[in-house]
Amino acid sequence: MDELIRLLKQNARMTDDELAVMLGVSADEVRKMIAKLEADGIIKGYSAIIDEAEYDPNSVFALIELNVTPQSQSGYEEIARQIASYDEVASVRLMSGTYDILVEVIGANIRDVSLFVSQRLATIDAVQSTATHFVLKAYKDNGIIIDGEEKDERSWVIS
Amino acid sequence: MIDYERLLNGKIKNTKPSGIRKYFDMAETMDNVISLGVGEPDFKTPWVVRQEAINILERGRTNYTANSGLIDLRKEISAYINRKLGLSFDPKSEIIVTVGGSEAIDLAIRCIVEPGDEVLICEPSFVCYRPIAELVGGKVVSIETKAENEFRLTADELKSKITDNTKLLILPFPNNPTGAIMTRADLEAIAEVLKDTNIAVISDEIYSELTYGEKHCSLAQIGDMRERTIIVDGFSKAYAMTGWRLGFLAGPKPLIEQMLKLHQYAIMSSPTVSQYAAIKALKECDADIEKMRNEYNARRRYLVDAFNRLGLDCFTPKGAFYVFPCIKSTGLTSDEFCEKLIMSKRVAVVPGNAFGGCGEGYIRVSYAYSISHLKEAIRRITEFLEELKG
Repeated sequence: MDELIRLLKQNARMTDDELAVMLGVSADEVRKMIAKLEADGIIKGYSAIIDEAEYDPNSVFALIELNVTPQSQSGYEEIARQIASYDEVASVRLMSGTYDILVEVIGANIRDVSLFVSQRLATIDAVQSTATHFVLKAYKDNGIIIDGEEKDERSWVIS
Repeated sequence: MIDYERLLNGKIKNTKPSGIRKYFDMAETMDNVISLGVGEPDFKTPWVVRQEAINILERGRTNYTANSGLIDLRKEISAYINRKLGLSFDPKSEIIVTVGGSEAIDLAIRCIVEPGDEVLICEPSFVCYRPIAELVGGKVVSIETKAENEFRLTADELKSKITDNTKLLILPFPNNPTGAIMTRADLEAIAEVLKDTNIAVISDEIYSELTYGEKHCSLAQIGDMRERTIIVDGFSKAYAMTGWRLGFLAGPKPLIEQMLKLHQYAIMSSPTVSQYAAIKALKECDADIEKMRNEYNARRRYLVDAFNRLGLDCFTPKGAFYVFPCIKSTGLTSDEFCEKLIMSKRVAVVPGNAFGGCGEGYIRVSYAYSISHLKEAIRRITEFLEELKG
């Protein structure tokens, strides 16, 4: 299973047959393993890793730190779920440290993100404060280097 | 005018340049070449090791070390061998830190072989053993390992080559270029042949960390074979540290103490920064090796399957990072195959005969490349074979 997950994280577009060969098992077994990982909720989905800056140079990626007052019944859960339901939000995480919730937001431009923070996040009653950090450049995302492929600099020596 | 011909050692003049060079020279002049030729990891040295080297430089540790290497490194090497093979080697008298596995091989051969001595070399194998043995006047006797034996050395093959003049056996497993390994049972049979002889063995175990599905076994672990076995190993392949030039020799004291003399006069000591960094590698990088090994393993399975599908019979290697498919079905020689492949499809592989005459009919394909790189290469080789068929 570990090996399968490693290969899928590297490239989820490999076929079951290819995965089977690399794992030394049958394609049927691969299908079963993947079905189980999906059923168990370990694999949540498959998505492409996009170099957003390359795709849309105007797009803006921001990390927003929120200080939140936990609710008496639900703690942070309800607020986190509410924030997660917005399409602009790429991820929501409850954090240890100096703030409580970290939100990743992708917007078409800076104005979009600013409006989202001021109108959607800051207005939530439990949110005491926000700190917005705009991403200037991404070098690696989801384990994949996205800033320029490294050249193979190995020499042609006899070894 | 000076006559260089008369100056130069005749033996070095007669040494053939490696057969790999030609294809590398061709590849270097072309664009868009997909190489499967390189014999070094595509991974970077683990970051903690690089960081340690930076720290050491910042602290100004730029002097020579003891001739045989930093004692702390030799202690770590001793502990490493103990953990891997269950053998104990005295860090003070039975280990030398060398400039790569290459120097270790050179030292060991030169300190044993004298003119007229017969040196048994399993072939196909790495290209350096023969020229070094010949330079010191040794008579090289090739033992050809065979595909039907999964390129392992058999006891019968060994026995048939031993004469009164045999002094040294070179046992290079896991093997470059075939990827063959020797199991404990295989080595027990070899030990049976060697036990009443006075033959020394250089066991080149530079790929010992890269075996798949089976743990590496050393001849030194079998019976009393330790007394005649010189283990060559190093950091290049296991820790992706090729450019650091660091390897080691481990063997019985009476041999090692003589080898140390040559090392001391020829080399002085191995690179200091590399030695400090290697201590870190031995202490902290088992998990990195495991990660690299898993990645190699997936690629290995991919390539073996791909070549067999293409009709180029490929035995399943259990070590190193090479596959060694047979190309006889194409009707081409190894050289022709490699030349045509690089000219028409820009894929560089190495002809099997570069590793000994018996490698004719095979090619060496390295999988020290990413899966996507290997896939593209296989796509081109598929096209190449279709065009060959016409």
